[in-house]
Amino acid sequence: MTTVVDPGLFTSLDPPRLAGSRCRSCGTVTFPVGGSCPRCTLPGPDTVALADAGTVWTWTVQTFPPKPPYVPPAGGFSPYAVGYVDLGDVLVEGHLLVEPGHLRIGLPVRLVLTPVGDGSRSTFAFEATP
Amino acid sequence: MTVAIVGVGMTRFGRHDELSGLDLAEQAVREALADAGTAWSDVDLAVGGSNVSGKPDALVSRLGLTGLAFPTVRNGCATGGVALATAADAIRAGRARTAVVVGFDKHERGAFASDPASYGLGAWYGETGLMVTTQYFAMKTRRYLHEHGLSEESLARVSARAFRNGAAHPRAWRRSPLSVEQVLAAAPVNPPLTQYMLCQPSQGAVALVVTGEERAADLAERPVRLAAVSVRTRRYGSFEVFSPSLDPVPRRSPSIDAADSAFRTAGLSPSEVDVAQVQDTDSGSELIHLAETGLCAHGEQEKLLADGQTDAEGALPVNTDGGCLANGEPIGASGLRQVHEVVRQLQGRALGRQVPGAPRVGFTHVYGAPGTSSCAVLTLEGARS
Ligand SMILES: [Zn+2]
Repeated sequence: MTTVVDPGLFTSLDPPRLAGSRCRSCGTVTFPVGGSCPRCTLPGPDTVALADAGTVWTWTVQTFPPKPPYVPPAGGFSPYAVGYVDLGDVLVEGHLLVEPGHLRIGLPVRLVLTPVGDGSRSTFAFEATP
Repeated sequence: MTVAIVGVGMTRFGRHDELSGLDLAEQAVREALADAGTAWSDVDLAVGGSNVSGKPDALVSRLGLTGLAFPTVRNGCATGGVALATAADAIRAGRARTAVVVGFDKHERGAFASDPASYGLGAWYGETGLMVTTQYFAMKTRRYLHEHGLSEESLARVSARAFRNGAAHPRAWRRSPLSVEQVLAAAPVNPPLTQYMLCQPSQGAVALVVTGEERAADLAERPVRLAAVSVRTRRYGSFEVFSPSLDPVPRRSPSIDAADSAFRTAGLSPSEVDVAQVQDTDSGSELIHLAETGLCAHGEQEKLLADGQTDAEGALPVNTDGGCLANGEPIGASGLRQVHEVVRQLQGRALGRQVPGAPRVGFTHVYGAPGTSSCAVLTLEGARS
């Protein structure tokens, strides 16, 4: 069974789907799940499963080890790509499992799980759609 | 009532291994008082701000136990703007006659570390390496360049101008000019941002002496009028640091609101600005802020920079003291550093590169986590209105 960094981020793990909030009044979608709508302030949004594929909206590469609370991999830090992915209703920030040379705005990607830290837990990430 | 700045003081920015945050603040206050030709005993209000480097009101034990009111503020990058607005409001309300505003910070080396809980985020966000401010600057910059057809050369031109201005400024931290080619060839910290396109945590203090109009003429040869100072937080739809998700069209920045409010209050338009200081925690931020504050159109930055129009001698002089790129970022001091530079420019006594042609309208802008902006419009007495 997969252990994830925070079960509240997901509606399901196999296949992985991210849990977001959709406002019952204005339809605004946010991630992760929140208690009220940031646009119109209405409390009590619905929890919804976000799209599991989209396109890279922007990206960068983390070339230096972040300070704690970042937990580097057991084998030591190596640079990693991060970005925002356009899932249609919302842009979600996450790791991009794409070689920097292949990264570009508009690149189609899909949601996956990837191990982080000492490898005992996983977080969500996006990889290039085959 | 008109509020005027009649004295300014600042420490050198950079590293001060031998001095504490309060030491730096004391130095800046004493210089500002001397600049105004007044004394601490004459001050009936002080407003201070520091993000991490001590209690500003503890300065009374160094400057004198006169019993004055000394509120403190802590609003991240907007700390200086909030402190200045607080003092100005008290003077307008008749609760103070002569106020000191002081901002300082002493940050340690290396990138800022942030705690997810203090931003209302889960621990996962920090653990998985997403809570890094420079990532945000890089991602926002890449998208902005993409949407507005700007080149990475423009980013490098911002840095080259900042270091050129810093080299001429005796209080700046980075005093060596760098070419556009050197900036582009430097190590990519978070691409497209290289080492020289990002500012570093730094140390320094700035103080101002602020009075009402009737005292201003006694205390300064050329008092600078605080025509407006405004502070805004983000509305939904802005592209902010530490955001696990964003609106699909994140365009609404608090900088737009704060600048608009400041210009409206001042009764001036961005096109009337003769010298501007805008937040340049990274080169991309400056490009974005120039347009968000109304100083130029989105996409126009490429040509402005290539033509040298943001140099001290250009049509729109920007960050004439080298900005955050050349001075680093002591968070509590940066906003007041901008005001210090504008006041000196308008008075014709810049410490570094002086904008020629007797500038009369100045503008300052800061922006920071978690989505706060503060802007000020400053004018020389008798400025066109
Ligand atoms: Zn809503």
